[in-house]
Amino acid sequence: MEEKVFSRTRGLTGKPFHYCPGCTHGIIHRLIAETLSEMDILDVTIGVSPVGCTYNNYEYFACDMVQAAHGRAPAVATGIKRVHPDSMVFTYQGDGDLAAIGTAEIVHAAARGEKICTFFVNNAVYGMTSGQMAPTTLLGQKTTTSPLGRSAAVQGYPINVSEMLATLQGAVYIERVAVNSVRNINRAKQAIRKAFKVQQANLGFAMVEILSTCPTNWGKDPVSALKWIDEAMVKQYPLGVFRGQEIEVGD
Amino acid sequence: MSNRVLMKGNEAIAEAAIRAGCRHYFGYPITPQTEIMHYMALRMPEVNGVMVQAESEVAAINMVYGAAAAGARVMTTSSSPGISLKQEGFSYIAGAELPAVVVNIVRAGPGLGGILPAQGDYFQATKGGGHGDYRNVVLAPASVQELYELTVEAFNIADRYRVLTMILGDGTLGQMMEPVLFRDEEPVESFDKSWATTGTQGRREHNTIQSIYIEPDALERLNSNLQAKYRRIAEREVRVETVNCDGAEIILTAFGTCSRICKNVIRQAAEIGIKVGLVRPITLWPFPDQAIAAAAGQPSVKALLDIELNAGQMVEDVRLAVNGTRPVHFHGRTGGNLPTQQEILDKIQVLARS
Ligand SMILES: Cc1ncc(C[n+]2csc(CCOP(=O)(O)OP(=O)(O)O)c2C)c(N)n1
Ligand code: SF4
Ligand SMILES: [Mg+2]
Repeated sequence: MEEKVFSRTRGLTGKPFHYCPGCTHGIIHRLIAETLSEMDILDVTIGVSPVGCTYNNYEYFACDMVQAAHGRAPAVATGIKRVHPDSMVFTYQGDGDLAAIGTAEIVHAAARGEKICTFFVNNAVYGMTSGQMAPTTLLGQKTTTSPLGRSAAVQGYPINVSEMLATLQGAVYIERVAVNSVRNINRAKQAIRKAFKVQQANLGFAMVEILSTCPTNWGKDPVSALKWIDEAMVKQYPLGVFRGQEIEVGD
Repeated sequence: MSNRVLMKGNEAIAEAAIRAGCRHYFGYPITPQTEIMHYMALRMPEVNGVMVQAESEVAAINMVYGAAAAGARVMTTSSSPGISLKQEGFSYIAGAELPAVVVNIVRAGPGLGGILPAQGDYFQATKGGGHGDYRNVVLAPASVQELYELTVEAFNIADRYRVLTMILGDGTLGQMMEPVLFRDEEPVESFDKSWATTGTQGRREHNTIQSIYIEPDALERLNSNLQAKYRRIAEREVRVETVNCDGAEIILTAFGTCSRICKNVIRQAAEIGIKVGLVRPITLWPFPDQAIAAAAGQPSVKALLDIELNAGQMVEDVRLAVNGTRPVHFHGRTGGNLPTQQEILDKIQVLARS
């Protein structure tokens, strides 16, 4: 007898992803969708799509979705959640979206303790607009707008969003994960699940920062891109729980 | 049943919104409209509603976008500099076809300007402001009673067409106290919101609210649908008040606070033997061009005189409506100053003599 050990989650619509080869946005989508399905909350979930490579992930997630203006997803999510406090609301945002143009919105949604989950995808560049410097770009990293490498003297320093938001009382759960190995992917899935559990228990704002690849704009092949997360990104952005370590979520 | 209460204009707006079934308000403080927020902060909890003080007008309008997408009756209010910041959201609300009510209690500009009344945001309100081909319905009340009634109506128009409806007031209207006649119950119409993102609850396919269409034909289809909707609104929703126009020599055109001054001028002019009429647009978009053309087209009319608290904005629409059949003159004040009745009367006398 053949046993089916893996199938596409019903949290995804089945429309093929449009992401570049080796891009880990797709893995993150699958983890979120699997979690919605496994927790049986797909029918009560409303997601908010960002502006970035994943602007149209409303076509992929099999739940109600709202497409937001660049950086405004946390404000849009606030509006939705205040109307439907019993629903589950999440935002999916890139680092340009969340840490540059949408800095005010994310800080204040967290400070207000909005009962939403944010999945913050840090790939250290603006993917969609072809690899410009992001607030998360590493020192020395070459991008189309820092062609000589980011220099502290000229472009300043990267923003560690998780550490920054963890100083806010309303942000009850903040964790940084990566999706560049099986072990890390499993860890990321646990974090995503915990974020939704925190929202379900009405505890406050929850964010999972996910270190993700952009082979296209990093100028790397998919395998070296996965390696670069460990070799370079994790040094600036250490993985771990920055807030809410003590929160226990059951099965 | 109804009862009469003395109320500040800003408070009348807030109470009207609540009576119209609005339970979600998002705002950021700015003079001269912050009383609306104060009122909401107290009243919303009483009716199980929500008032969120946002971190900026940009955030507030995006909260409105989210709440409207979620199917709620929702409002934000601000004054000129804050309304400039909201333009991004207006454009997205138009593109996503969401119903929302926005109040602009206009203050004098440009820039930070001053906190005194003005009408310098007419262009911004009626001609766009945000990017793309879209329209907002713009209502211009001229009394506290009308602030109340048009706010209720704004919610119905917004829901009827899934369109942003703006109340364009000014500091005088927001701050003045006048008696308001409340109906015990507002005729709140109910609307189909099966398009809203509420969570599927397992009962339907999932809904999406979006303003992005990468496919040119899909985006052109959206634009054609929007334009068809705007034509329907223009056919059905024009509101205008005409005063004393039959057989008038001079026709004044004015909205909001200015129209109140003009009504007094009509009486003064009659005393010195000049028959003056007034056309007061209540909807600034759709613009009552037919009413203006009809008033202007009478054989008795020598000229039109448009009065505004700006350097001449609505006058452009008046000229389009009159289409060269009569001379259209303008008198305006800026900076927060109001034209005096005498100033207007002097102009009228010159025009009547010529
Ligand atoms: C107001 C506004 N400014 C700029 C843009 C152009 N833009 C589209 S995506 C993007 C950057 C997205 O980068 P990020 O959030 O890091 O997402 P990624 O593509 O890397 O996943 C920019 C600047 C826009 N759409 N809207
Ligand atoms: S540009 Fe980068 S982030 Fe965007 S899909 Fe391609 S690899 Fe992924
Ligand atoms: Mg990015």
